Amino acid sequence: MEYFALIPLFPGASALLLALFGQRMSRSVVSAIACVSVFFSFLISVGYLALTLGIAIPGFGALPRDTGSLFTFIDAGGLHVDMAFRLDSLSLIMCLVVTGIGFLIHVYSTGYMHHEPDFARYFTYLNLFTFSMLMLVLGANLVVMFIGWEGVGLCSYLLIGFWYEKKSASDAGKKAFIVNRIGDAGFLVGLMLLYTNFGTLDIQSILSGVNEGYPVGSHLLNLIAVCLFIGATGKSAQIPLYIWLPDAMEGPTPVSALIHAATMVTSGVYMIARLGGLYSKATLVLVLIAWIGALTAFVAASIGLVQNDIKRVLAYSTVSQLGYMFLACGVAAYDAAVFHLYTHAFFKALLFLGAGSVIHAMSGEQDIRKMGHLSKKLGITTWTFVAATLAITGFPAITSGFWSKDLILERAFEANLWLWLVGIVTAGMTSFYMFRLVFMVFFGQSRVDPSVHPHESPSSMTVPLMLLAVGSIAAGWVATSLRRFLNLSILGAHEVGGGHAEDAHAGWTMEQLYLAAAAFVVMFVGLMLAYHLYVKETALPQRIGERWPRLYKLLFNKYFVDEIYGAAIVGPLVKGSDRVYKHFDLGVIDRTLDTIGAGALEGGRIVSRLQTGNIKAYATYILAGAAFLTALWVIG
Amino acid sequence: MIPLSWYLVVSAVLFTIGVVGIFFRRDLITLFMCIELQLNGVNLALIAFSRYLPDISGQIIVFFVITVAAAEAAVGLAIMIALFHHKEHLDSERVNLMQG
Repeated sequence: MEYFALIPLFPGASALLLALFGQRMSRSVVSAIACVSVFFSFLISVGYLALTLGIAIPGFGALPRDTGSLFTFIDAGGLHVDMAFRLDSLSLIMCLVVTGIGFLIHVYSTGYMHHEPDFARYFTYLNLFTFSMLMLVLGANLVVMFIGWEGVGLCSYLLIGFWYEKKSASDAGKKAFIVNRIGDAGFLVGLMLLYTNFGTLDIQSILSGVNEGYPVGSHLLNLIAVCLFIGATGKSAQIPLYIWLPDAMEGPTPVSALIHAATMVTSGVYMIARLGGLYSKATLVLVLIAWIGALTAFVAASIGLVQNDIKRVLAYSTVSQLGYMFLACGVAAYDAAVFHLYTHAFFKALLFLGAGSVIHAMSGEQDIRKMGHLSKKLGITTWTFVAATLAITGFPAITSGFWSKDLILERAFEANLWLWLVGIVTAGMTSFYMFRLVFMVFFGQSRVDPSVHPHESPSSMTVPLMLLAVGSIAAGWVATSLRRFLNLSILGAHEVGGGHAEDAHAGWTMEQLYLAAAAFVVMFVGLMLAYHLYVKETALPQRIGERWPRLYKLLFNKYFVDEIYGAAIVGPLVKGSDRVYKHFDLGVIDRTLDTIGAGALEGGRIVSRLQTGNIKAYATYILAGAAFLTALWVIG
Repeated sequence: MIPLSWYLVVSAVLFTIGVVGIFFRRDLITLFMCIELQLNGVNLALIAFSRYLPDISGQIIVFFVITVAAAEAAVGLAIMIALFHHKEHLDSERVNLMQG
């Protein structure tokens, strides 16, 4: 019996229970079931972590562990797929992030969604989301991973469109789902290519197959890697499929925290890290991933500079931070990517939950121009939010974001100076827009509407905030050991792209110090600029906007990407479909079927005249029939 | 012994009278009697064949025919009584409720 198979089981069972009986339960029972199920999963994950740290717990052996086949999932022709889970250091860290942060988000939701009439449905989806994500990270083969992969896509649709009476919410849900499906198609093609070439979808077999049989830069591996990467751009919101994530804020705020921090968007990074052995040999695709990541980071950060919706700024910061993770993947620094994923989960969850607390306090207001000076009323929210901001901007030495972002920039610098340059400029922009947010919301002059009376949130919301704040600061202190732990599974099975595994615990070189100093200077410049523009000279931003109206409009309208997609893809698709509908559906299919139907009707009308109801007529038919048969018999 | 053909002639005459009656009479009771005539014409033929072949199965079929005819008479007469209650006539030309 492998206990870790229970990790996805608990939230899954809870989702099923709530889906079937949740409507008849009281709110406290619903929240208890939902939170406790995730907490159990978290406890099991912690148990396995404790074990690897050297504390013996009976029944928990050493990592990595396989469940083997729990049952046969698909057995058709040559394709044999088992339901099987695998726990190694990478999936264990992911499990801890998903269940730990997921649990805090569940607790926070009990407070945030208190007034929601559809309480049980919300927690059903939330549990299902956690379940899907755990399936994704624990799957021992790509099919199980794909179940989770599609599951999180489905749940994001359900949760983003949770308030489905609102048109914008249901539209955003559809957008997320459709954009994800485009990526998933690529992922599926990748799976088929893997199956036809390796004859299996088991991750370990594929990695050892890659390791033995394929040279670095093989065309096949590049092709497979790019297909899977298309899936990752959809799930993890990278160019060109990032457009769904900013709209995802239409859902309840804790959902944004769940999607942006613990689940869903991390799946693409996880998948690439999981298949690191394959990606390390797909050298062409690695370059592509690095540049897509860097470009996404830059573009999203630049959009974030001018947005006025608190959640929208955070949404673009997520896209931007995910860009950093892909940048790290692209220079084969998978441990750095997963490390940043792990620290990002803390501070991004905290930022979204803090934003939720602000929105809650402001009775639903999301426009930061109508906030200001909230630090006086929202004490806990303010200092936790500031802690998260320091983390995301990489405030040196003490915050978690510093360690992970610095690591990524360092690896980028080693790989390509230009990548590093894009990364460092983005870091400056990140610092600027995040502190702009902090200053406009919590400090400076109050622009709050007099009818709104901000109040601090209940403790079910503030306690998760404080816990996450501690995590945002402290999560980076274990950097070296965490990376060594991760490398057990990322580099253990295949010694590709090694060499970095051992430098982690060497002392700091001068080069690293310079890089860190550069990052700090850029961050500090961003901070001071934000302070100057949004606390000191508050009229200046508007004048800057008027000075360069084109640039401002371009950024404010998000480079018009939605409009370009609308004109280039959605519009022609809708028009083309309409044409096909009118000419083929109506003109050919409908007309053929209508004609057949009308023919049957008319034929029936003619034949029905034979049925006169007159008994003699029938006698005549019988006689005629008899005479005909007799005639046949006589002639024949 | 009377030759088979004589029986068959009588049988054919009976049957033809039945057919012609069905086409030229309108009263349902008469029609009913015409059907009986046809049945008996066929019965006669069957018995004659049975006697001359000789094969007993012809006579067995006749028993069945008589049984069915009795049942049919019961049902048919009941229908006619119900119909008469309804319409106060038994003219087959004026009964066409089942027109399609």
